[in-house]
Amino acid sequence: MATKTYAGQAVEVNDEGYMVNASQWNRDIAAEMAKEEGIELTEKHYEVLEFLRNSNEKGETLTIRKVGKSGITDIKGLYQLFPGGPLKFSSKFAGIPKPASCV
Amino acid sequence: MSAAKESPLKKVCIICAKGTIEDVYATLVMANGAVMEGIETKVFFTFFGLDAITKKQMGRLKTATVGNPAMRAPGGLPFPTILGILPGVEAGVSAMMKSQMYKLDIPPVDEFLEMITAGGGEIFACKLAMDMFKLEKSDLSDEVKDVLTVGDFYGLCGGENTQIIFT
Repeated sequence: MATKTYAGQAVEVNDEGYMVNASQWNRDIAAEMAKEEGIELTEKHYEVLEFLRNSNEKGETLTIRKVGKSGITDIKGLYQLFPGGPLKFSSKFAGIPKPASCV
Repeated sequence: MSAAKESPLKKVCIICAKGTIEDVYATLVMANGAVMEGIETKVFFTFFGLDAITKKQMGRLKTATVGNPAMRAPGGLPFPTILGILPGVEAGVSAMMKSQMYKLDIPPVDEFLEMITAGGGEIFACKLAMDMFKLEKSDLSDEVKDVLTVGDFYGLCGGENTQIIFT
């Protein structure tokens, strides 16, 4: 467990950099986290992040397939938005736990 | 975690030579998981594994109900092999496997292949097995990038931190 500063705010993160408390999240924190991975967030990115946050709140298991069927983007688009980690990075920037699913 | 950071896996080459539901899905899950982790992924289907990428067969994969000692009835009850030979049992068991996977958001084979290629994974078919089963490239899913010889495939498996997995 560690504390990192994003957008001037102290944010609690775990060893892998995922936020511990999803309620600390805001758009600026997401933007700075994404920059660390070399990704510049656009409105499309934020739509995905909101979708993930909502699904997470409902206790759903997240999969790229669900995001692909969300109507926001398809799976190919998701890979383009979050290269190298469509679900891993998007979950991280959304301030929710690392996805526990294998698909 | 720190060990993984020192020398992360860069490429996996997965070979699938069998055509049962569980063999094919093991391959697809491993492959898709690698793509999702940003690992370069190449999958080679050979022998009965070709069923997974053959348009006519990919939706009809089955689980063997004979000679499969790990298979149990729901609730963990034993499932004697003699039951497995009865008509309809294999189809019923296979349908059940598929429905259980669907509940976990694991897609049908055709969609799974699309998911893998959408992320940049590559799917190949074995030339020798194609010849043996009298298959043409047009019999295969559109997601199949190429038909390769074993040598061609090994040629794609070079590089540092590359692993070959035979499922």
